[in-house]
Amino acid sequence: MSRPEDILPPDLFYNDSESRKYTTSSRIQRIQNDMTHRALSLLDLHSPSLILDVGCGSGLSGEILSNTEEEGTPGGPHVWIGFDISSSMLGVALEKEVEGDLFLADAGQGVPFRPGTFDAAISISAIQWLCNAETSEDSPLGRLSRFFGGLYASLRRGGRAVCQFYPKNDEQKKMVSQAAIKAGFGAGLLEDDEGTKNAKTYLVLTVGGGDLDGDITGVVRGMDGVDVMARPGAVRGAKRGQEAKGSKVWILKKKEQMERKGKVVKANSKYTGRKRRVQF
Amino acid sequence: MKLLTLNFLTCAVKTCKSSPAAFPLHPRDATLQVVETELNLAFLKNMLPRLMWDELRVVADEVCGFLLSFPPPCFPCFPFPPTRSDLVVGGEAGAAATAEGEEEVEEVPSQTAQDLHRVLLETTVHEGKLVCGNCGHEYKVMEGVPNFLLPGHLV
Repeated sequence: MSRPEDILPPDLFYNDSESRKYTTSSRIQRIQNDMTHRALSLLDLHSPSLILDVGCGSGLSGEILSNTEEEGTPGGPHVWIGFDISSSMLGVALEKEVEGDLFLADAGQGVPFRPGTFDAAISISAIQWLCNAETSEDSPLGRLSRFFGGLYASLRRGGRAVCQFYPKNDEQKKMVSQAAIKAGFGAGLLEDDEGTKNAKTYLVLTVGGGDLDGDITGVVRGMDGVDVMARPGAVRGAKRGQEAKGSKVWILKKKEQMERKGKVVKANSKYTGRKRRVQF
Repeated sequence: MKLLTLNFLTCAVKTCKSSPAAFPLHPRDATLQVVETELNLAFLKNMLPRLMWDELRVVADEVCGFLLSFPPPCFPCFPFPPTRSDLVVGGEAGAAATAEGEEEVEEVPSQTAQDLHRVLLETTVHEGKLVCGNCGHEYKVMEGVPNFLLPGHLV
């Protein structure tokens, strides 16, 4: 499958015709709609809030945020502020007269809001673009760390952010979540339809504990059909072949190896692998 | 761009991060537009403790000079930061009633709430520029969309 990230930078890729195609395609609209609702259920908002929409594009997700509670948006209507790097996309949003405030900005340059501004942040199909740097003086890691650092500061304590993105591979998935953890977030990955073509990856981020009891998995507690695969900080058993060099276990293993090769090896005794006394 | 947003926006330049003068951004040559929206009392109550009043006043004063579409008295001069009970008609009595667990009364937004709504959510900067008080960087606003793209050396 072709990835638009590999073709052109986002501000050039989403030109006038591509933006229009993206916004009018009913298939994309439906997918974006589903993903926004999924993200909102993870955010768990109960009252009208101020939300940051990173990579808002033509405001497909923003329109859902401005809906009222009766129209299916929990805690709505929310007030949102949207960011996008593509001026064509923002042009489409202006034509649609979306209710949120729009900014022409690059998320990889940081988030220019004062600390504690937002109750929540949402990002639908955007942050995979941060893994590409267009100039030699910039790097994907730098862009990710500026973005997550700025986002962490601009969210209030107990706030949450949900970023749906399309990782190219496991490496990229790891790079993005590590960057978020480095910025101070509590982070977890939620995957819908894992292993299929429709796989959707959500990076769930929390600032401070908030009303979460325990770790990040508290976000999905009580949600249907969500399995917790790995807990942060879970102690994994030491891997095979990881015995410390020089230890008794290691020496015994080496001797066995040599024996199998047909070398002459001294028999094991109770003294094998013991430390010598100092007087010796 | 709403004045509410302007109350949270800081300069994006790296060296301004540590400077207190980078907030608020000062609107220059601004044309304002009033976009009527429905009053959302719960949202106002939520935002109230987060607003910076002195900065809001500074921005409102600066913007007042460019007001063409409606007369300045529409801008209320807040003598003090209002509290949550100021937003509802009946004020503290109403708050006390709900606290005692009596019948749920539909809260009626007061004049203060309506003024606040007008200033924060309906007044928007349509054209002009935002200037940082520290580095003097100008962010152009076109059709209500500020341009926050920075050249590489300022990031």
